[in-house]
Amino acid sequence: MADSIIQIEKLDKTYKGGHQALKNVDLEIKRGEIFALLGPNGAGKTTLIGIICGLVRPTSGTVIADGHDIAKDFRKARSAIGLVPQELATDMFTTVWATIEFSRGLFGKAPNKKHLEKVLRDLSLWDKKDNKIATLSGGMKRRVLIAKALAHEPTILFLDEPTAGVDVELRREMWEMVRRLRESGVTIILTTHYIEEAEEMADRIGVINKGEIILVEDKHDLMRKLGQTQVTIVLKEPLTSLPHQLLTWPVTLSEDGTTLHLALKGESDDTEADATGLIKALAALNIDFKSVDMSRSSLEDIFVSLVAGDNQ
Amino acid sequence: MNWHAIRVIYAHELGRSIRTLFQSLATPVISTSLYFIVFGSAIGSQMGDVGGVSYGAFIIPGLVMLTLLTESTSNASFGIYLPRFTGTIYEVLSAPVSVLEVLAGYVGAAATKSVVLGCVILATARLFVPYEIVHPWATAGFLVLISVTFSLFGFVLGVWADGFEKLQAVPMLILSPLAFLGGTFYSIKMLPEAWQTVTLFNPVVYLVNGFRWAFYGQADVNVWISLGMTLVFLAVCLAIVAWIFKTGYRLRT
Repeated sequence: MADSIIQIEKLDKTYKGGHQALKNVDLEIKRGEIFALLGPNGAGKTTLIGIICGLVRPTSGTVIADGHDIAKDFRKARSAIGLVPQELATDMFTTVWATIEFSRGLFGKAPNKKHLEKVLRDLSLWDKKDNKIATLSGGMKRRVLIAKALAHEPTILFLDEPTAGVDVELRREMWEMVRRLRESGVTIILTTHYIEEAEEMADRIGVINKGEIILVEDKHDLMRKLGQTQVTIVLKEPLTSLPHQLLTWPVTLSEDGTTLHLALKGESDDTEADATGLIKALAALNIDFKSVDMSRSSLEDIFVSLVAGDNQ
Repeated sequence: MNWHAIRVIYAHELGRSIRTLFQSLATPVISTSLYFIVFGSAIGSQMGDVGGVSYGAFIIPGLVMLTLLTESTSNASFGIYLPRFTGTIYEVLSAPVSVLEVLAGYVGAAATKSVVLGCVILATARLFVPYEIVHPWATAGFLVLISVTFSLFGFVLGVWADGFEKLQAVPMLILSPLAFLGGTFYSIKMLPEAWQTVTLFNPVVYLVNGFRWAFYGQADVNVWISLGMTLVFLAVCLAIVAWIFKTGYRLRT
């Protein structure tokens, strides 16, 4: 069994107005993984992160972070956690260097110039260290927030919508950085709207909707179970019926006999092999075609179908 | 104890004052000088001694108190309101710090600034009026105690306020009037008897008189009562802060 770094049990949160943001949430995060928490707006992602980090008070339930109860042993639990919030909340008038020194001290660590220098260099912020935060671009401010979260050498890093409003290039850079962090042993939990991001980076994916965790699964398993490849082959000459040699594939012929549809489940590597197999079979049967079109369902489609199913 | 956290919060808050050092110091120095010119020299020259000291010297403790109350309150309230307003408070709330460390940092820095201002005003006053301090230790003690108490009060205000106007309203509309009516510029014995009784409900009376006793060895109110009332106010502020952190009032949802 993989060592778990966060254990959440029976977590409930009802806000003062009566809105129930989390309903009986159980969740386990494994040490060293990248976990992506997906969910529509208002699903409870930020509330869940807020509780683990100490910003939101749970109504009931327990959270253990790196072996420490977040309520009873809050100092040790919080020392292990770094949080990069969704909002670009920074102290505008201080310099980059001053703000990360502040963060390190706040989390109870003695000054360590070497570590802070490394953090800034890794985030390409070293040459900006003496700049006031107010003078930095949005993308740089986001990186400053990450630097602040890493200043005290946490073992768990929360990234709440890390690439919201970040351009494509910077997003790639950030993904690279997250991978490097994971290699250095940090467990990463990120929330995102961008399915692409989860698909690209996550080891496991959790889906939250209306305060309930509706699914937690290994990314590859999820793709295998729910991923689909649609292959559409437009034929030169219409067929009257499907040749029996093709019946081994899940293939259907359109009514006018001009188009073949193939729906394949599983991950892209397997389905591509299936699709090329079909094309080879067509060639062997001397059936000529005009075009082949392949489309893959993304995590987004999976996610939408999950959430839509849940909403019915 | 998370000493590093206290260190960085304290330094960060003092840094805020140092960035605006000129305004921080110039404002109280100029306003105190104005008070001395108007009340001390112009009007004071027409007045006799009050309680055995010249009128110019008599108003010094009150003037220092006036600045301490308003500066401590507004400084500490901005110190905690600003991160609430900009959202940077998330970091303090998610950090391994207890109430005590947060207070030591924020309130400590605000009180430090007030004590420095108090000393600057005393030095400025020396340029206008020669005065002697009878109980220097008690003076220092009251200076620190009142700075801390009203910085705590400011902290509470900064947590409670939901807009900048409230931050400014409390020092302007509540503290200044209380300070003016609390015997800053006069001895309450100068008032008609009925008003003397009303004045005793003004907490600032006790602060000003405690401070004045430390200066000149005499005041309208017994020094122990002054000290007691100051400590009561301190205890009330501490209780409210403890409640704020226990319930998460306006800090944690």
